[in-house]
Amino acid sequence: MAIHKVLGTETEFGIAAMTDPDFNPALASAAVVNSCPVPGVRVQWSHDEESPERDARSHGHEGFGVSDPQRALVNSVLTNGARLYVDHAHPEYSTPECYDPLEATLHDQAGVVVAHRSAVAATERIGHRLALYKNNSDGKGNSYGSHENYLLDRQTPFGTVIRYCLPFFVTRQIFTGSGKVGSENGRPDIDYQITQRADFFEEEVGLETTLKRPIVNTRDEPHGEPGRFRRLHVIIGDANLSDVQIYLKLGVTALFLAAMEDGAIPEPLDLADPVEACWRISHDIDLAEPVKLLDRGSATAVEIQMRYHEWLSDYAEGLDEAGQWRPVLDEWLSVLTDFEVDPDRTADRLDWVAKRTLVRAMIDRHGLDPQSAKLKTLDLQYHDVDPERSLHRRLLDRGRMRRLFTDEQIEAATLQPPERTRAYFRGETVRRFPDSVAAANWDALVLDTGERHLKRVPMMDPLRGNKSKTERLLDGAEDAAALIEALGGNE
Amino acid sequence: MTDRQRPTRRGGDKKEETESKQETTEDTTDVDDLDDLMDEIDSVLEENAEEFVKNYVQKGGE
Repeated sequence: MAIHKVLGTETEFGIAAMTDPDFNPALASAAVVNSCPVPGVRVQWSHDEESPERDARSHGHEGFGVSDPQRALVNSVLTNGARLYVDHAHPEYSTPECYDPLEATLHDQAGVVVAHRSAVAATERIGHRLALYKNNSDGKGNSYGSHENYLLDRQTPFGTVIRYCLPFFVTRQIFTGSGKVGSENGRPDIDYQITQRADFFEEEVGLETTLKRPIVNTRDEPHGEPGRFRRLHVIIGDANLSDVQIYLKLGVTALFLAAMEDGAIPEPLDLADPVEACWRISHDIDLAEPVKLLDRGSATAVEIQMRYHEWLSDYAEGLDEAGQWRPVLDEWLSVLTDFEVDPDRTADRLDWVAKRTLVRAMIDRHGLDPQSAKLKTLDLQYHDVDPERSLHRRLLDRGRMRRLFTDEQIEAATLQPPERTRAYFRGETVRRFPDSVAAANWDALVLDTGERHLKRVPMMDPLRGNKSKTERLLDGAEDAAALIEALGGNE
Repeated sequence: MTDRQRPTRRGGDKKEETESKQETTEDTTDVDDLDDLMDEIDSVLEENAEEFVKNYVQKGGE
């Protein structure tokens, strides 16, 4: 049986200063992170266990990331177990490790609230309005990521992951896209396309995330016991605003990966040219053009996803947690069948379709050129994290898009960690003993108990350190020293 | 999150009219609503789109 699919997301926010002529995105991003008013601690992110340049295809440790002092300084760990920091020139929010796709969706949305609050506080501090966008492109050939992470079994050969994920990732774009006015990066000119990211993918497989982007990223940082776990770092998705869409993206992918590990996907469905299929599918807003399969014939992305749906339904039926997957499978099927009738029927769930409705209405209303600056502004502002300015929020408020959570639930998730993963221990330790947290990482916490040496608490299994295992220890400890004592005096 | 004031619906009279004709209510309301929504969007969209789009440049990341 496949290991439990612990998962989480990372979002890099686009950043702009509306009135500042000397705008420096790195400094502005640092101001955002350091102004974060949501409870947490500003601590060093210990890099001793991180190695973003380690490659899943090799056995050695060929290269290690160059440490960037800015990253270490501008870093917060929140009481919900999340991380807010600066990645080069963007504020970035990493959700805590979540137990299931619904919880990960909630925490992805909590990140938007944290980002917005931080931008408001930074705006007050620096005197220029800072706007943040949960999107993936500036429309001028620069893309920034929203990444998904799924826990895999180290036993699963990476060659299997590559082969099965290529066609799956490329065809799932029809429900993971957030929509974009125009094309970039030398791809054929088009007025509107399904995804923000597809134009930027140039390789099938690789280690890079910033140039020559690969459909399957091989970064091998398990953030856990390297002998047992792998973390699949998925870089081909769009940043989504819609609850249902985030849930679909994460849920379908988690189920797909579990089935892949259990050998329950009968055929890999190899595409003849995954890189070309990637942008072709994104550019095909009528969802009508077939892509070539390697072995025989061709199929549309909808047809291929229908096939996966059939296989994964069969697979999920036999699982203990079949009930958890049913709503994912139902949402998925409803989107795919709506696609077959008329893609517009998914405007209440999918960002790319909802945004297209607005783009069309704007063109009709003002007689605009389909790639005019006004439409590009609309495109950007759909993704504004500020509820006053967000066009997505306008759709929610009018009941034109479905929600899975209330504002109150999202609010609570900015403070409270998931209870069934190690994020609980991280978040609760930060909440209870903020002054004693010296450094943190996904798989360790470093505590200052006042003694000569800092105490490192390793958390090498993402499912341990959960509430049921650590709440009593935390409740019984009056300070960090007592907590270390209770944990068994880890060095 | 904050409760925002929404602009008053335009064409209130029209809405009352359509309510008496059940079969057309849904479609007409949707068109009305989209029209209202586009009014609202026009009012919140960043001014000077050309400048705004030109200045939105993102480098670095991932």
